[in-house]
Amino acid sequence: MIRAAGLVRRYPGFELAVDKIELPPGRFVTVIGPSGAGKSTLLRLLAGLEPPDDGGVEVRGRAVFLDQDRTVLERSVLANAAFGLQLRGVHRKEAARRVKPWLERVGLAGKLNQPAQSLSGGERARLALVRALATEPDVLLLDEPAQALDPANVALVEDILREVHSRGRTLVLVTHNLYQARRLGEETWFLLGGRLVEAGASEQLFTDPQREQTRAYVAGEMVY
Amino acid sequence: MTAGWPEIWEITGRSLRVAGAATLLAALAGLPLGVWLGARPRPGGLAAQVILYAGMGLPPVVVGLVLYLLFSRSGPLGWLGLLFTPTAMVLAEAVLALPMIAGFTLAAVQARAAGVRRLVRGLGGTERQVLATLLWESRRPIVAALAAGFGAAVSEVGAATIVGGDIRHHTRVLTTAVVLETRKGDLERALALGAVLLGVTLLVTAFLVVWGERR
Repeated sequence: MIRAAGLVRRYPGFELAVDKIELPPGRFVTVIGPSGAGKSTLLRLLAGLEPPDDGGVEVRGRAVFLDQDRTVLERSVLANAAFGLQLRGVHRKEAARRVKPWLERVGLAGKLNQPAQSLSGGERARLALVRALATEPDVLLLDEPAQALDPANVALVEDILREVHSRGRTLVLVTHNLYQARRLGEETWFLLGGRLVEAGASEQLFTDPQREQTRAYVAGEMVY
Repeated sequence: MTAGWPEIWEITGRSLRVAGAATLLAALAGLPLGVWLGARPRPGGLAAQVILYAGMGLPPVVVGLVLYLLFSRSGPLGWLGLLFTPTAMVLAEAVLALPMIAGFTLAAVQARAAGVRRLVRGLGGTERQVLATLLWESRRPIVAALAAGFGAAVSEVGAATIVGGDIRHHTRVLTTAVVLETRKGDLERALALGAVLLGVTLLVTAFLVVWGERR
């Protein structure tokens, strides 16, 4: 469950202000909007990585945030995948045992002992996803997890996210891919200029948006 | 060149002990300081960074002079009786090595801090785990910092002469011995001492680099 009220975050020349968020457990929300709309900022606020200037956020359950920069540590692929579990006190060997099936699933089983820095961008994205999922969080806050992946791997990531959702987890996914937002989301939020312009059932938001700005954005007419 | 001159090994041993202890002392203070300053913006952090970077160019003779005044019999710390002892040399060399170790560590940690913090905190880690991860992820540049600190300590001569006094069998180290032998005109011995100094620096650096490459 995620709840936020009167949320404000200010930077020089930008302000994110969201009046209210009420997200029951087990929802899959996709967040769309042009670059600079405040999507990543909102996600970082929900993750508690940044303090709001005003308002508050309440997240029930353990949340994990997956950043779009896909930081990898100067360790092997296996050690990187196991890192999240080790942070939670799981022994190195047990953590390695638990992440191996995940790594196999995302096609990295043959690279367990390679330095993670040697991976391609797409491989790093899959590794970062495994690292987050292996900790079995209640809430997943994902910033562009399928960015710059080839179509087969986009489909793989989407399958994994659907599966995680089917196990009752709450997901908030920021994406620039409108098709993906529509395919995956039960609910979609449209952000523009730091404001939550429209939020509603994904199918309705894409087929029958209530606001002109939303319609222009999803129709590809908005120049920004 | 070193055959028939066993004292050279005594001098080498003392150089290693003094520079090693100074590097250890500087690392104990400099590593946490560098990590703490580099991990996130701190009040006064920029001023501290300027002081540390400027400190990398501290003139050893000035450090030696200040410590001499502190430790001389009429100085505020004269009662400690440290002047012309290896301990005074350790302290002087630690003062010279500290800005290098802390400054290079700060720069290395600063470059990784934002990404590592988002990663660790995003996975539910604590601030302490952020610092531990930063320290481990910066281990290669930190090895360079330790090597630079040891290099500054072992090759230093001005402060060692002023606070150590180059006393035979007591405070004579490789650098002060090179100066002495050169002044005496025994260039063969001066060259031998210089070669040993270079060898020691190379060996210690090699040890640090291999240690830093461990997974």
